[in-house]
Amino acid sequence: MTKTRASGRTVGGLRTLSLQAPAVTLLLLWMIIPLGMTIWFSFQYYNLLMPGMSGFAGVENYEYLLTDPALWKAMGNTLLLVGWVLAITVVGGTLLAVLFQQDFAGRGIARVLAISPFFVMPTVSALVWKNMMMHPSNGVLAWLANSLGLPAVDWFSALPLTSIAIIVAWQWLPFALLILLTAMQSLDEDQVEAARMDGAGPIAIFFFITLPHLKRAISVVIMIEMIFLLTIFAEIFVTTSGGPGLATTNLAYLIYMRALLDFDVGVASAGGVIAIILANIVAIFLVRMVAKNLED
Amino acid sequence: MTLLRSNTPAQAISSTSASAGRGSAGMKTLLITVLGWTVALVIFFPILWMVLTGFKTEAAAIADPSFIFSPTLESYEAVQARSGYARFALNSVAVAFGSTFLALLIAIPSAYSMAFLPTRRTKGTLLWMLSTKMLPPVGVLVPIYLIFRDVGLLDTRTGLIIIYTLMNLPIVVWMLYTFFKDMPKDILEAGRMDGASTLQEVFFLLLPLTLPGIASTGLLSVILSWNEAFWSLNLTSSKAAPLTAYIASFSSPEGLFWAKLSAASTMAIAPILILGWMTQKQMVRGLTFGAVK
Amino acid sequence: MATLQLNNITKRFGDTSVLKGIDLDVNDQEFVVFVGPSGCGKSTLMRIIAGLESATDGDIVIDGQRMNEVGPADRGLAMVFQSYALYPHMTVEGNMGFSMRLAGVPKEERRAKVLEAAKVLQLEPLLDRKPKALSGGQRQRVAIGRAIVRNPSIFLFDEPLSNLDAALRVQMRIELARLHDKLNATMIYVTHDQIEAMTMADKIVVLHDGVVEQVGSPMALYHHPANRFVAGFIGSPKMNFFNVDLLSVSPEGVHVRLPGGGECTVPADGQTLEQHATLELGVRPEHLVLDEAGALSGQIEVLERLGGQTSLYVRMGELLVTLMADGDVGYRAHETVRFSFAPERAHLFDSDGRALTSLTQHPLAGLTRQDNRTPGAAEAPV
Repeated sequence: MTKTRASGRTVGGLRTLSLQAPAVTLLLLWMIIPLGMTIWFSFQYYNLLMPGMSGFAGVENYEYLLTDPALWKAMGNTLLLVGWVLAITVVGGTLLAVLFQQDFAGRGIARVLAISPFFVMPTVSALVWKNMMMHPSNGVLAWLANSLGLPAVDWFSALPLTSIAIIVAWQWLPFALLILLTAMQSLDEDQVEAARMDGAGPIAIFFFITLPHLKRAISVVIMIEMIFLLTIFAEIFVTTSGGPGLATTNLAYLIYMRALLDFDVGVASAGGVIAIILANIVAIFLVRMVAKNLED
Repeated sequence: MTLLRSNTPAQAISSTSASAGRGSAGMKTLLITVLGWTVALVIFFPILWMVLTGFKTEAAAIADPSFIFSPTLESYEAVQARSGYARFALNSVAVAFGSTFLALLIAIPSAYSMAFLPTRRTKGTLLWMLSTKMLPPVGVLVPIYLIFRDVGLLDTRTGLIIIYTLMNLPIVVWMLYTFFKDMPKDILEAGRMDGASTLQEVFFLLLPLTLPGIASTGLLSVILSWNEAFWSLNLTSSKAAPLTAYIASFSSPEGLFWAKLSAASTMAIAPILILGWMTQKQMVRGLTFGAVK
Repeated sequence: MATLQLNNITKRFGDTSVLKGIDLDVNDQEFVVFVGPSGCGKSTLMRIIAGLESATDGDIVIDGQRMNEVGPADRGLAMVFQSYALYPHMTVEGNMGFSMRLAGVPKEERRAKVLEAAKVLQLEPLLDRKPKALSGGQRQRVAIGRAIVRNPSIFLFDEPLSNLDAALRVQMRIELARLHDKLNATMIYVTHDQIEAMTMADKIVVLHDGVVEQVGSPMALYHHPANRFVAGFIGSPKMNFFNVDLLSVSPEGVHVRLPGGGECTVPADGQTLEQHATLELGVRPEHLVLDEAGALSGQIEVLERLGGQTSLYVRMGELLVTLMADGDVGYRAHETVRFSFAPERAHLFDSDGRALTSLTQHPLAGLTRQDNRTPGAAEAPV
């Protein structure tokens, strides 16, 4: 036992392998089997309601999906949702991070309150917003509008996608805030003071010191949010079920409908492959960035 | 008054300008305080409102918004009595803690070897693990659903535990890796000089010293499993449904009882909210794969 | 009782060679210091001796026994780390007793041994504290205590003083020397600080780029550096180097022309030199003397008055020459000074940087630190 330890570094390869084997094997299975099956199914006729129909379908599932206007609507909705939520959370998160970096009475508690929505499970936040906040007659927003003498908005009928975007942004704004606030704390105070000595005002400091410092954190926030936002599901599931019509159906929800409502495994799998490709386009950039970070 | 009049004009001016300076700094602090608290409260308002509504009667819940009401626990009682809240909560606890325990068990040896016995492949392995996290769940929904159906894992806690373990494993490995990396290597080497075997090294030195890191890793895993809603909605129906799925059942139009929804939601998020507050700092590491510290 | 032999130790990390064949003998009870600039391989060499790193090639022999395959805990060594590497979650007593706890030594015996070591290091009142509650110097002593408790045959110190402030460093230096006397153990000490090497070592090993440049007593290295690197590394402020022209070689020494036209004969063996070889002449700042009739001259650029001493930085064309003079010299900046040196104080280096063998032996060159304590040893011929 003790004898082999001296040469631990040379037999390290073997030891490393055995220690990492469980994690690596499980993740490998977790990735390869479902991925392989998804790709396989996407080239098959496979509908759970029509057991007789089977066999190789070629690209027919993809053809069906790509010519289905629902897909393009869903893609559009997906992009709109991601775009809006990203815009709100990144801009808002940066501004809030600057605000909560200032010293004021009870800052610690205020920070905690502002970060809280991130820890609320998606089904809860969706239902609380849909009912108690956005309800057209009894919601808080309707009451506020009425108090100001404005007409109440019927959020989920008039602005369904916007409503979903608001809910999702509410959940992810704290995420951006949390990350950016942490990044902000590593900003060298001396640098700020040097800039102040050079005559920079608060706005100049924000644009020339703070923002460049946050650049990396912001890009991390954007990429991580993108990966999660591309497949928003629960919020749609419990509020609009993708409707009215297809107004709030995104790619994830469309695949869910094809798979578990229409039981068309082949088409749903083709959709899955498309979702994977989309996510990977983002993932490549994120992985690259993390890799660069590993080096320093 | 006589003293004041005997002030020379110069003194008078300098004293007023000084107090004006103090005043504007004070104004700025006040402004920031008000702004900070307003923003925080606006963001927090839906949660606050939900908590309050949970203590209202159903009638008061849909009445005009009001902070003044006589609190009642009737919704809390009704939630338990009518739908068996405890059963779902138990599922959530079992699934969240079960998957976290498993993930830690699998991840600790792996992270240990990556941090302390790095090889040329370590970096690649880490990045590959991260990349499995990028696989969108909808992309693999169909095969997972079919596999689960065929082996009888649909609507079981075991099924969810497996999924959540795998889902969180990359994050858990990453977070542990960054915590282990932060531990001074010298201390482990000193242990080796003192005659510690690998196992003793781990139990006497590594685990006690990285316990805070392991704890916050575990908490993040619990939080993520607890709040996960895609797999729980698609793979469970009643028996193994955790709170995320249970709360979703309030979405049906006939189930619209705001006070009960609020009571159930408050119970569902309270523990996680508190855990989240406790670990927010260390969580950033896990959520950003160490890219932001 | 412990000796150490290193035979042709090499270490490669991938394609980079960190140690290129190190041979070394360490005698029993010797205080050996590995010194060299950062990246010279001194820490790697120590880690290989400790068993924390394996050698790519070569043998580590302790007390006549090959130790390459033996684990670090079983080599009879103890190591004091640069960062001290105290176990932060254990008390001072726990830290010092950890090795015995792992070895299954009964509690009573453990305590007795820890107390004994604590007494030597004056750590008794701190035994129940955790490292966080200790000052830098106290942590240092605990780390040494942890080593003492193991009763090792060889102590390894990896830059142990580099995290202390200057005053504490001097104090710990003295304490370590005293400890060496008291324990009569073999000690190997790694540092980049040549003052630590000079003050504590019996034997200094100068490492550079994975190669041993010279092994010897501090005085031998100071007075008879084997090459230009050692000459420049040992001694502070650094030795001055001048390019000189070879004029002739005689049994009395090597006759050279200095910059500025002066000539001198350095008592060194020039038999192997080719004609018109380019040579470098080195003189330590403390051996340059202000001299109205001196062969060298230049303009003072900066003057640093330390009270007892004055450092003069003198411009000689491309060269900035450092000169240590008396504290009372009256010169000012921008004045021109003339200076000279005693030829036997000069060192000559050939174009490969090798020192020409001196024809005179400095009387103290054979002196070791041990001799400083033993009356009469200095007179003993070597």
